[in-house]
Amino acid sequence: MSRTETNHATEAVGSAKWELRLYIAGQTPKSLAAISNLRRICEEYLAGEYRIEVIDLVEKPHLAESDQIIAIPTLVRKLPQPIRKIIGDLSDTAKTIVGLQLTPAPG
Amino acid sequence: MPGRPVPALEKCPTGIIGFDEISGGGLPRGRPTLVAGQAGAGKTLFALEFVLHGIEKFDEPGVFVSFEEPSGELATNVASLGFDLSGHQENKRLQVLHIDVQPQDLIEVGDFDLDGLFIRLGAAIDGIGARRIALDGVENLFSAFTDMRILRNEFRRLMVWLKDKGVSAVVTTERGIGSLTRHGLEEYIADCVVALDNRVEADLATRRLRIVKYRGSAHGGDEYPFILDSRGFSVIPITSAGLNYTVSTERVPSGIGDLDAMLAGGIFRGSSVLVSGTSGTGKSSIAAHMVDAACRRGERSLYLAFEESPDQIQRNMASIGFDLAKWCRAGLLRFHAARPTSGGLESHLAAMSAQVREFDPKVVVVDPITAFGASAEEDRVKIMLVRAVDLFKSHGITSLFTSLTQGNDAPESTSVAVSSLVDVWLLLRNLELAGERTRGLYVCKARGVSHSNQIREFLLTEAGIRLVDVFIDGDGKILTGSARQLHECLKANQLEERQAEAKRHRARLEARRRLVEAKIAAMRAEYEEEIEALDIELEQRGARAQVVDDTLSALAAERGRTVPDGH
Repeated sequence: MSRTETNHATEAVGSAKWELRLYIAGQTPKSLAAISNLRRICEEYLAGEYRIEVIDLVEKPHLAESDQIIAIPTLVRKLPQPIRKIIGDLSDTAKTIVGLQLTPAPG
Repeated sequence: MPGRPVPALEKCPTGIIGFDEISGGGLPRGRPTLVAGQAGAGKTLFALEFVLHGIEKFDEPGVFVSFEEPSGELATNVASLGFDLSGHQENKRLQVLHIDVQPQDLIEVGDFDLDGLFIRLGAAIDGIGARRIALDGVENLFSAFTDMRILRNEFRRLMVWLKDKGVSAVVTTERGIGSLTRHGLEEYIADCVVALDNRVEADLATRRLRIVKYRGSAHGGDEYPFILDSRGFSVIPITSAGLNYTVSTERVPSGIGDLDAMLAGGIFRGSSVLVSGTSGTGKSSIAAHMVDAACRRGERSLYLAFEESPDQIQRNMASIGFDLAKWCRAGLLRFHAARPTSGGLESHLAAMSAQVREFDPKVVVVDPITAFGASAEEDRVKIMLVRAVDLFKSHGITSLFTSLTQGNDAPESTSVAVSSLVDVWLLLRNLELAGERTRGLYVCKARGVSHSNQIREFLLTEAGIRLVDVFIDGDGKILTGSARQLHECLKANQLEERQAEAKRHRARLEARRRLVEAKIAAMRAEYEEEIEALDIELEQRGARAQVVDDTLSALAAERGRTVPDGH
């Protein structure tokens, strides 16, 4: 099980099947909601197979370029390929699952 | 607060040719301006020039944000205009940001904002201390998202944020159907809105620019034509020139001595001349004369040819003795040839304007102005002529327009629409007489000049144009060509005869005079003779009387004291 995350970046622990990167801009309610929604969904559907990296653009604005970030929060699915982007606070779990193309956990 | 002076709106010059003139100095400084237009209307170039002129001319670093074209393409476009994009980027004067928004990429789940964009723009602006920014193609931002409520809010926030940053901004967006912009963005940018238009009329594309709104500033409200060419974006500040150009009292010879005489010395410098006539009446020849005369004076001339190629004109003019190629080589004469159908009226006008700016001529020929009539309605041609006249006058250029009139019936009426706009109107007409066609010229009007009202016969000779007096015969009919020559010949004969008759008459009179004088002399001689005779007689009589007296006295003395008792 490799679930590590801090406010900005995360060091990899082993290799994860799902690599997710969440861009936020400061500790806004939207950002905080996105973080907790994402964590919840990952725990439920991807337990042990995911890694989340949270990037705060207020602190590291130059990181916005590589993933072409406009909206905040933006969740980028780096792995599995292809890259997918979901924007918003992820408050709608069903839509998030569809967006990430997660197969519902058995049971 | 009443009475409090409103501070003048500070302007931020765009450096775009013509635009700063019509906008009274540029765009509002420190505020966003919306530029709306269809695809291909020139929005990107406007935005680019705004930023790049800012860097090069006004020492204001700038950020160019593209929401559409990949940066590589942008660089090539700009390089062709002579801007050094990468150089400015290296020197930290320019930041180009390509914001890739692809709608299919994004899935929206819940609430979001555009802080990512704000952060990137902020970093770009602060990174180089930018004073200007262009956001090109913001409609792409809108089409990338589905939640328009959020987008509108965020866009509004973006505009406020830009104002707070104090950067002068140009925001371009595509036009909507039936509205200025597709997403009603004009609601959010209240200070200044510019609309670009690329209309197709009579199969010709015509670009126009209009300042729809400019809060707190006077601005030209017309639609101004503009062009995009190798010099970039140029707006033609047409009628804004008004009628306040300074006029000259200097006369410019037309090159045709006889014509200058008809015009009491020539054309005023900076005035406009219309030469109208049916085909083959010699309009271009008059133009060639004027151009040749200007070049001889060492003045640059511009010949705008819309019907014939420069080579053809030069060849034709060589036949009446003009070596125009020589002036071209000397750099005094420039031809600019274009098919009227190659672009809209405005783009032609813009091209003229560009040529004038670049070449700075003293004399311009537009041959013919009516070439545009075929591709546009009459009143558009008229408007075009007004603008051209204005353009040339504002530069103090003496201009000559040729105008082709149809048919031979009433050439005055066909050109009436345009003739009121020019200062001098020369009318050429074909005169037909005794199976021969000749050319006649007269001065229909010449503002400020006491000109000749007479028609002259117009001759194209190997040494250019000559104007000769026409003859009016007994029926008031004009005689030209060989009829005139015949008449001249007859007249010469008559003159000779009259002269001989006068000579004879003089001789007769002389003879009579001599006769009378002789008579007078004879009579005088007779008279003097008579006088002399009388004198002699009187003398003799006196002498005789004395003798008698003396005799009587002697007798009395002899007789003594006897008194004679009578005698």
